[in-house]
Amino acid sequence: MTVATRFIITLEGHGEASGYPHERVLVALERAQGFGKLRNMPRKLPVGCRRGGCGICRVRVTGGQYRSDVMSRAHISVEDEAQGVVLACCIYPLSDLSLRLETPAPVKARGEAALQSA
Amino acid sequence: MAISGVLRPGFLQVRVLDMPAAIEHYTKRIGLHQVTEGPDGRVYLKSADEFDHHSIVLRRADQAGIDLMAFKCLEDADLDRFEKRITDYGIAVDHVKAGEQPGVGRRIGFTIPTGHRIELFAHSEMSDPKPRIHNPDVWEVPPHGMRARRFDHALLYGPDVEGNLDFFQKCLDFRCAERVDMPDGLLAIWLTCGMKAHDIAFVKYPEKDKLHHIAFDLENWNDVGNAADILTRYDISVDIGPTRHGITRGQTIYFFDPSGNRNEVFAGGYTYYPDLPTRTWDETQVGKGIFYYERKMNDAFLSVVT
Repeated sequence: MTVATRFIITLEGHGEASGYPHERVLVALERAQGFGKLRNMPRKLPVGCRRGGCGICRVRVTGGQYRSDVMSRAHISVEDEAQGVVLACCIYPLSDLSLRLETPAPVKARGEAALQSA
Repeated sequence: MAISGVLRPGFLQVRVLDMPAAIEHYTKRIGLHQVTEGPDGRVYLKSADEFDHHSIVLRRADQAGIDLMAFKCLEDADLDRFEKRITDYGIAVDHVKAGEQPGVGRRIGFTIPTGHRIELFAHSEMSDPKPRIHNPDVWEVPPHGMRARRFDHALLYGPDVEGNLDFFQKCLDFRCAERVDMPDGLLAIWLTCGMKAHDIAFVKYPEKDKLHHIAFDLENWNDVGNAADILTRYDISVDIGPTRHGITRGQTIYFFDPSGNRNEVFAGGYTYYPDLPTRTWDETQVGKGIFYYERKMNDAFLSVVT
């Protein structure tokens, strides 16, 4: 059995995760968080639908190559995509990657507003 | 006939980002059957345990979420009666011609205070597969996937939940089976038009017209376990569960379709009668109401929608 290629995914300021070409970057980050490898996060890693619909896991890719699945245009515009702003659940690494959390994720903020205004 | 007027959820039209992935998810995994594909590309699905033509419509779009939810009424004249009541209430009603969806008769449609489009119809042709009517077996074709028996209900999010409560009670004769009241006001309502604990539910959220989940009925807790096995085997994104709701008492898993729309498989839930009181929950016990075993909401419950 061959071992899959492994890439390093760096979440700027917080730590590193092991990434694999056929695994969603968000899933790699969730695993790293489980192993205590993401530190000093402003909030818990934002995990929602993991399928490109809810928009919670917006990140900016600051370096490296990736491929992506279709993402909801309600959350990622054509311009966003061109600038490397994507949903972490819909990208797969093709090289080592550097990411920055796009906080506050607008959807998450709306959810919190719902709690407060409920 | 004690139940008249609005009988039950009929169908829901959901937007999907990837049609082939959506068809595979809803047919092979949830366990529905594809009835037909329309000329505009919409795909019509049903459970083999449902008689009506279809209960889920998939529409390819660039954003996830739902277009509309339609309820079935007992008779055609109900549509005229409800149109008058809704118009008198001050909400505009429009008309959708028979055949706009295959097998479905004329519909009336309107936008409720939370911004969702709701429709009513009274006629649907039957389609195959369906239960046998004379000397029926427990199933006509073997159940597959999660063995969903029907499209059961939806939970929708939007700002004016008070407005929806008033509208559904006054115009459509729904009743409120359960509600959550926070110190600063109403958070959520579970509404029924028949004898299920809920047919539609709403949670307060700042943005209009949002979907929390589309729910499918399963036979029992064993089938919820079978659904959990399928979710892991096919790497389907899970939100929470298997667990139970204090509200409605349903046994449940929340998970996501390939476009990020949340699905639920739901078993059990109590029988509602129109004379029953509205069950109420407050801030101290709301966690148990939403997820009975965890006794707290997860991060996604109030914030992850499409």
